[in-house]
Amino acid sequence: MDTYYNPEDLSKFSSIGEDAPELWKKFSEWYGAVFSEGALSEREKALIALAVAHAIQCPYCIDAYTKASLEKGANMEQMTEAIHVASAIRGGASLVHGVQMKNITAKIGM
Amino acid sequence: MEGMILSEDTTRRGGLKPFEVSLKETNLYPLRATGVVVLQVNVGRVCNQSCRHCHVEAGPQRKEIMSREVMEMCLDVVRRLNLPMVDITGGAPEMNPHYRWFVEELNSTGAQIKTRTNLTILTEAGYEDMPEFFARNRIEVIGSLPYYLESTTDRQRGEGIFKKSIDALRRLNSIGYGIDGTGLVLNLVYNPCGAYLPPSQGSIEADFKRELKRRYGVSFNNLFTLTNMPVGRFLNFLRGSNNLIPYLRRLQESFNPVAAENVMCREMVSVAWDGSLYDCDFNQMLGLKCNHGAPNHLRDFDYERIVNRKIVTGIHCYGCTAGSGSSCTGAVA
Repeated sequence: MDTYYNPEDLSKFSSIGEDAPELWKKFSEWYGAVFSEGALSEREKALIALAVAHAIQCPYCIDAYTKASLEKGANMEQMTEAIHVASAIRGGASLVHGVQMKNITAKIGM
Repeated sequence: MEGMILSEDTTRRGGLKPFEVSLKETNLYPLRATGVVVLQVNVGRVCNQSCRHCHVEAGPQRKEIMSREVMEMCLDVVRRLNLPMVDITGGAPEMNPHYRWFVEELNSTGAQIKTRTNLTILTEAGYEDMPEFFARNRIEVIGSLPYYLESTTDRQRGEGIFKKSIDALRRLNSIGYGIDGTGLVLNLVYNPCGAYLPPSQGSIEADFKRELKRRYGVSFNNLFTLTNMPVGRFLNFLRGSNNLIPYLRRLQESFNPVAAENVMCREMVSVAWDGSLYDCDFNQMLGLKCNHGAPNHLRDFDYERIVNRKIVTGIHCYGCTAGSGSSCTGAVA
């Protein structure tokens, strides 16, 4: 194994079902239902998935949902904004914890 | 030929299922024509553009151009068989010196005429009055505009193309094309700017209508989504960017039997600049003439042998059967 992440592995995702077929079946059905058109459009869901993929930094998901976003009609402007949303939440989440730092400093400080 | 056509070796290396096997699995083999509704006439490969995805590999340097004699053979077939529709394509069809004569003669047959245009030719010297010519002959205009953003369109079709296309669309709008109530139909064609499938036709059409109106004040009737075929320059792009096998797999895994049942080749015949007959414009560019006992030239056009002919298929045909399907009038499923 040259690398932990191999693009070819994405197409082997379903092999996870070999040792737990019932769980895989339930996951696949639920996953399919999640991404089908509903109160949110398929394009909106693909853009959310793209943003989350960047937040959790999953290369497989970035690969899959970059293509899915394009195939659902999203453009680079929209996809880039989606990634900024993910980045803003990640950055903001770090920064807002600064309040804890301030609280602790205030508590132990003189 | 290996450079042009996807070989059996590519199919094997990619672990791809031959198209004919997918047809057999869905009880569609052999794929046969069901009629001749459309005569699609490719009047030549000359074009003022050299788009990166063009399956025709059209450009200013191309020499293949349909003669008036071949056009007369087309007219004879349309009249003799009373064909309801003629779809003129190229290259830039307007650059054929006999184009206006051909359109006027076709008009006298009573057939519905569609003309495909790259839009920018309408802004070039000598072609500025073309929108009025279209309108006089009441022909349907199908313009290529891969996206409503300048950067995306220019990346595929060349720098400055988007602005010229918008100028042309405004000209067409100004004489009534694409405007409700005029009866002058202006349809646009979208194709992906890369190795991925087109989005749903309805959703991207809504985007185009909203954004072209908001940004440029441009109107049109319908948007047709087309899948990029692994043919011509797009095939070169796929090979050069190592996208060929993943893209072919994407097409194959998206095989839709409903789209396969409704593929355009079942109701049309494609005529090349030299009068040769093909099942579609893609087969034309691959040199795959009508076969299996059907005539392969206009001079031998025999309705009985054409109407129920077995279609010549190959691995590239997955392009027309993926997802919602793809045809000269957009999605089919």
